[in-house]
Amino acid sequence: MTAALLVQGADMALVVLAAPLLTGWVRRVKARLQRRRGPPLLQPYRDLRRLLGKEAVIADGASWLFRTAPYLVFAFTWVAAALVPTFATGLYFSWTGDLIAITALLGAARFLLALAGMDIGTSFGGIGASREVMIASLAEPAMLMIVVTLALIAGSTQLSTVAAFMASPAGGPGVSLILALAAFLIVALAENARIPVDNPATHLELTMVHEAMVLEYSGRHLAMIELAASLKLLLSLSAIACIFFPFGLLTAAGGAGGYAVGLGSYAVKLAAAGALLGVFETATAKMRVFRVPGLLGVALMLGLLGTLLLYAGRGL
Amino acid sequence: MSLLLLVILLLLAGVPAGAARAHAPDGRPLVYGLSAGACAIGGLAALAAIGAPPATLSLPLGLPWIGAHLRLDPLAAFFLVVVNLGGAGASLYALGHARHETMPQRVLPFHPLFLAALNLVVIADDAFTFLFAWELMSLASWALVVAHHREQENLRAGYVYLLMASLSGMVLLLAFGLLAGPAGSYAFAAMRAAPPAAGVAGTVLVLALIGAGSKAGLVPLHAWLPLAHPAAPSHVSALMSGVMTKVAVYAFLRISLDLLGTPSWWSAVLVLALGGATAVLGVLYALMQHDLKRLLAYHTVENIGIIFIGIGLAMAFRADGFAAAAALALTAALFHVFNHSVFKALLFFGAGAVLTATGTRDMERLGGLIHGMPRTGFTFLIACAAISALPPLNGFVSEWLTFQAILLRPDLPQWGLKVMIPTDGALLALAAALAAACFVKAFGISFLGRPRSEAAGAAAETDRFSRAAMSGFAALCLLAGVLPGALVDVLAPAVQSLLGARMPAQLGLPWLSLVPVAAARSSYNGLLIFLFLAAATSLSILAIHRFASRAVRRAPAWDCGFPDARPATQYTADSFAQPIRRVFGALIFNAHETLSLPPPGDTAPARLTKHLADPIWDALYAPVQTVVAWAAETLNVLQFLTIRRYLAAVFIALVALLLALALWQ
Repeated sequence: MTAALLVQGADMALVVLAAPLLTGWVRRVKARLQRRRGPPLLQPYRDLRRLLGKEAVIADGASWLFRTAPYLVFAFTWVAAALVPTFATGLYFSWTGDLIAITALLGAARFLLALAGMDIGTSFGGIGASREVMIASLAEPAMLMIVVTLALIAGSTQLSTVAAFMASPAGGPGVSLILALAAFLIVALAENARIPVDNPATHLELTMVHEAMVLEYSGRHLAMIELAASLKLLLSLSAIACIFFPFGLLTAAGGAGGYAVGLGSYAVKLAAAGALLGVFETATAKMRVFRVPGLLGVALMLGLLGTLLLYAGRGL
Repeated sequence: MSLLLLVILLLLAGVPAGAARAHAPDGRPLVYGLSAGACAIGGLAALAAIGAPPATLSLPLGLPWIGAHLRLDPLAAFFLVVVNLGGAGASLYALGHARHETMPQRVLPFHPLFLAALNLVVIADDAFTFLFAWELMSLASWALVVAHHREQENLRAGYVYLLMASLSGMVLLLAFGLLAGPAGSYAFAAMRAAPPAAGVAGTVLVLALIGAGSKAGLVPLHAWLPLAHPAAPSHVSALMSGVMTKVAVYAFLRISLDLLGTPSWWSAVLVLALGGATAVLGVLYALMQHDLKRLLAYHTVENIGIIFIGIGLAMAFRADGFAAAAALALTAALFHVFNHSVFKALLFFGAGAVLTATGTRDMERLGGLIHGMPRTGFTFLIACAAISALPPLNGFVSEWLTFQAILLRPDLPQWGLKVMIPTDGALLALAAALAAACFVKAFGISFLGRPRSEAAGAAAETDRFSRAAMSGFAALCLLAGVLPGALVDVLAPAVQSLLGARMPAQLGLPWLSLVPVAAARSSYNGLLIFLFLAAATSLSILAIHRFASRAVRRAPAWDCGFPDARPATQYTADSFAQPIRRVFGALIFNAHETLSLPPPGDTAPARLTKHLADPIWDALYAPVQTVVAWAAETLNVLQFLTIRRYLAAVFIALVALLLALALWQ
């Protein structure tokens, strides 16, 4: 039991520690593709340290919600990330919540962040919050439809069980699974405020969603929000990796060798996914905000189609 | 059982007390204290009765050859817990809140009467007692809706409500008439013993859907609800939204799953379709509102939709003989019944406190209330998060259970169900996400930001009775979310009594997890999620404040370098909903905006006008209204005839009836 707890704790620490590295890696790939040298890989860690050391400048009209929201957003994201299998399935607390709970935990983080954006009473906070909830109102149902599809395939909503099922010979590719993957990729882009839905690098006010919400944050509060955003990116890529590409995932009790393989393949998968994200973001332009619902509607329909195929396909 | 009769008698005793002491200083504490006490006793008695075998009682009241039959079975006991919990909370809240009541004589007598009627509906065991209590409930709540009768809007709300309530009563009367059959056995026990044939059963089910569904707020019969619920005083709004709609759900459950026996699969499709449509339309309507109480009322419509999705699933699984799956779906529905009664009451309490503090329900005139009303703001936030189905609160658990029921996917032979159930899953997901958007708007515009009016800036915290009621209900939201297994186990006898199956016992599971079917399939542990969240939050706060900076500087807002001191530059409720209005509203509400720009040189202001249509009102209610108005206008001549003509009309009618009788025989 102590060993199991240790592995669980290591997993939770790993996701927090590795998240800024992944963000740095994506930025690095994008910079190289744009023929820039780009910041060093470890720059996100330096940014966090710098922000943590600064004083927090808080607007006059801010309430307690504004000050506690960053910590809560981080906590919700962290708990959600801890429920996603990274290098092994069946961790000690992996049954605490399923994919629906993970989606809802991320939804709670977004709920708080949108409220925090409205707390000061500036128009930018309002515009960011308003667009964020519009995007979420389509992305969340799409995500839930993906969950339903996966649950119907694997017979479980527990992500750990789903990943173990996918890694087993029974979890071969199928039409519904491919539809779910396509939908998941769209939703992950929207959830993480990436191009083409939002631009994480922009500070052009009228095109931004996530950045507009957190415009008033500074110092340690901003650091928590940045860390939570990195963590969410890591979570999304981990989820895609463990469901659709479960190679090397440690599904049974394994020794040090099994953990080494699990960790190694996890690192390779993250690096590949980050690089692909960088390529995709460089090759794509940002969408107008009112074209985003169309994109997310496609994800929702793909998810629903996958579900209907499975639901109705039984007994055919 | 006798304890519950005592509770009803106590509540009825409050009616003359309220009428007599309405203007006395002790009237308010007397009536609301009595109601709170009676409901507390009733709630505890009902809680004890959930696990007990059914108790019946016949009283020589009512129609002489029928008498009044009362029955307390586990299902009734569960709904009595919901009724009396809401009643006790609302009465406690009213102890403080009703201090501001300008017309206590129009509220005090009807509040206990309403509560007594709610209790009586649930324990009625024959059609006559049931309908009597049902009408009493409608009339008492109608009286409370028009308590402030000098406001034109309330009068209209009362008028529409009265019409819909009489429709619902009439339709239920027909349903019971069909159930009683030619023998006229009006006791529920007799109906249960002899379920009607398939054709009659189908008609009864549709009638029950109209009768109970209109009271609950099912689309398209919901139109009265967002008018009437906000018009009443806030503690009554809480009762109407939180409790009365649940009593309507009870009526539907009693008829469809108990009296009618095994439902047919097409009725399940009908209920599922109506439930899904109600959930999504309700929340979309809510998003378009900027009246805080009306927004909450539309959310009641949405939540009723979610409950009916659960009931529809239970009917579908029952029709095809999957008892365990049906039990899971019904548990989800009943769990949501409890949850909604708690957080919706809490939200109306908060809205009432805001109304008292600022004098307005219009969100465009609120803002920044979290500073003046911190306790109200905090509990309102909890309720907003709970109704948005966010973990670790209770709303998430019931929607999670509903999803688990959808995911069971037993091998249903009917195509209608195969398509309808996953579609309802998508609609439920859409409704949940839109609800979160709507409550970001409700809380963000009303409580956050800068005050949009002087009254909002000067708002002060509400009284301590109201705060106690709100804190208690907020604690319940957390408790039911953290220990869902306990509630599932409490519900189990009610589910068992209706379906003959129940969810597996939850409380004995390790770590108090919630496991609907098997741990490998799905499990949720609210307690651990809550503990992890608390630990992660406090850990990060402690670590940062200990090892990094804890310095804080207050400064003017940054706002990209162009801060504007005028509160009017903030986002409003309408502008917040604009993206969603544009995405969904164009299709459903024919929403569009017109911009009128004055020509160059003209100093007139530019105007952006928003147009919204209510398709259901226009397509269903407006024609009925037109026909009724036309008929009334045409028949109006009958009112001014001479006595000879009246006598002639009576004579002709008599002859015609006799002729008809003769011909018929």
